[in-house]
Amino acid sequence: MPAKYFEFRWHARAGQGAKSASQMLAEAALEMGKYVQSFPEYGAERTGAPMKAFNRIADVPILVHSSVENPDVVIVIDDTMLGNPDLVAGVRDGTIFIVNTTKDVDFVKTKLGVKGKVCVIPATDIALEEIKRGIPNTVMLGAIANVTGVITLESVEERIRKTFGKKFSEEVVEANVRALRRGFEEVKCNG
Amino acid sequence: MPEVKNRQAVTGAQAIANAMRQINPDVVAAYPITPQTPVVEYFAQYVADGVVDTEMIPVESEHSAMSAVVGAAAAGARAMTATAANGLALMHEIVYIAASSRLPIVMPVANRALSGPINIHCDHSDAMAERDSGWIQLWAENAQEAYDLTLIALRLGEHEDVRLPVMINFDGFIISHGVEVVDFLDDEVVKKFVGEPKVKYPLLDVDNPVTYGPLDLYDYYFEHKRQQIEAMKHVERVYKEIVDEFEKISGRRYDIFDKYMVDDAEYIMIALGSTAGTIKYTVDLLREQGHKVGIVKPWVFRPFLKKELQEVLNGRKAVIVLDRSASFGAEAPLYEAVKSALFNVENKPLIGSYVYGLGGRDIKVEYIKQAFEDAFAGNLNPDEERYLGLRE
Repeated sequence: MPAKYFEFRWHARAGQGAKSASQMLAEAALEMGKYVQSFPEYGAERTGAPMKAFNRIADVPILVHSSVENPDVVIVIDDTMLGNPDLVAGVRDGTIFIVNTTKDVDFVKTKLGVKGKVCVIPATDIALEEIKRGIPNTVMLGAIANVTGVITLESVEERIRKTFGKKFSEEVVEANVRALRRGFEEVKCNG
Repeated sequence: MPEVKNRQAVTGAQAIANAMRQINPDVVAAYPITPQTPVVEYFAQYVADGVVDTEMIPVESEHSAMSAVVGAAAAGARAMTATAANGLALMHEIVYIAASSRLPIVMPVANRALSGPINIHCDHSDAMAERDSGWIQLWAENAQEAYDLTLIALRLGEHEDVRLPVMINFDGFIISHGVEVVDFLDDEVVKKFVGEPKVKYPLLDVDNPVTYGPLDLYDYYFEHKRQQIEAMKHVERVYKEIVDEFEKISGRRYDIFDKYMVDDAEYIMIALGSTAGTIKYTVDLLREQGHKVGIVKPWVFRPFLKKELQEVLNGRKAVIVLDRSASFGAEAPLYEAVKSALFNVENKPLIGSYVYGLGGRDIKVEYIKQAFEDAFAGNLNPDEERYLGLRE
């Protein structure tokens, strides 16, 4: 039986930290004893240009090394990209969208033109309030933990403490943990 | 899943840099900017942090990087470098000198396309251009293998019956920059495994003076080349001894060829590097549909040890060879090697050549299926080169 991988595709603009967020998702899943992959699509690297990153998460070692074509989850970091056909490429009815936006679910759903589950979270606003910087990564990870259950709040928190704890003050670490929890609590989905 | 003490999610480049930290080589010389790989960047951090004793030499070109490690290795140092793509091409002249001087230099290469047009993505053309240089070539499928093979390479190159430089090939970006799960060995275990370098004929032994790189014309050059040819013949035996030992410390098994689902396979695909993983997944899918398929991945490509391959391929219905590089006007390098190995096989399979993924073009499961389906239909032509994922 071929293995089942849980696959993510991230859409963002270069410089928004999606590559790091994807790596953090992988590390949080590893923390839970999963096998993981995280890789960006490298194009011409210009700040602000659309970019993609990918994750695979599984209970068994991951063999496939091609890019993710039929994602289980699509994460959109920048809502000015809504309407870009790349966002819905290869998605299935069961594909879940998690979008960083202040708009409501219906607006996003119409913009995407998809039938399945769509979730929204004002991650940049929350990040500005908690971390005082518009970096939505930890908020998005909280939302992902709630919506997918592939990672838990505890596993991400563990990662944040390990990774950020080395580089940043206790204050910054705690702000990120708060941002993470708010992402978990404040994400809204249809259905 | 039991918790593994040293399990981390890292890029292939980080995995190799960590192997180098554990090896703690005497000298690492490298060109510090593109097309360099992050291997050297991470390693330079270890040097700056003082966690290794290595003399790090940033040089002005890859030609100088290889020259510096040749000098260091000839002096008796354990010397390493890393490169990719055009960087390896610029080393070319000295790559041959490293091999002919029998210097056991270890060099990870993140396989990437050669210009032009300018492209930085995964492709095997860089390593294939050094195919005949006299280096041992090991090929990794993933970050774990890149780490393990770096440690194995060191022992293999330094073995007194071999004394040859070793290249560890790992797919550029896909493995070098992709994050995967790697189980690291303990520092002490690695230290014991790699041991102390066995220095042979060092330049710095002034009591026993030797000459490296002398003029060697038609009087002795040929005999020296013959010695290189003979050294390569020892690789199979020595490699097998080392991978047995490695299995004891790691629980991970390496061989000349990685054989997946081949026992009853009627159709066998052959490929190098990360694509072999995607093929294994495709094999699982096709097996579910009742197709008897398998894959053989060379861990060792130079020397090309065909005896075991002949035994595996003899009597199969078809063999499909995938190459991530082309040989313009001739057969692709892996295909050429496999086809030539089949010349003396008693029951020759049908064979076909597919070139894929040049310049980082994605190799999808559906493309691999397509090549297998050609084989199921008996639609292979040994003299025709076909392409996967290419617009006509």
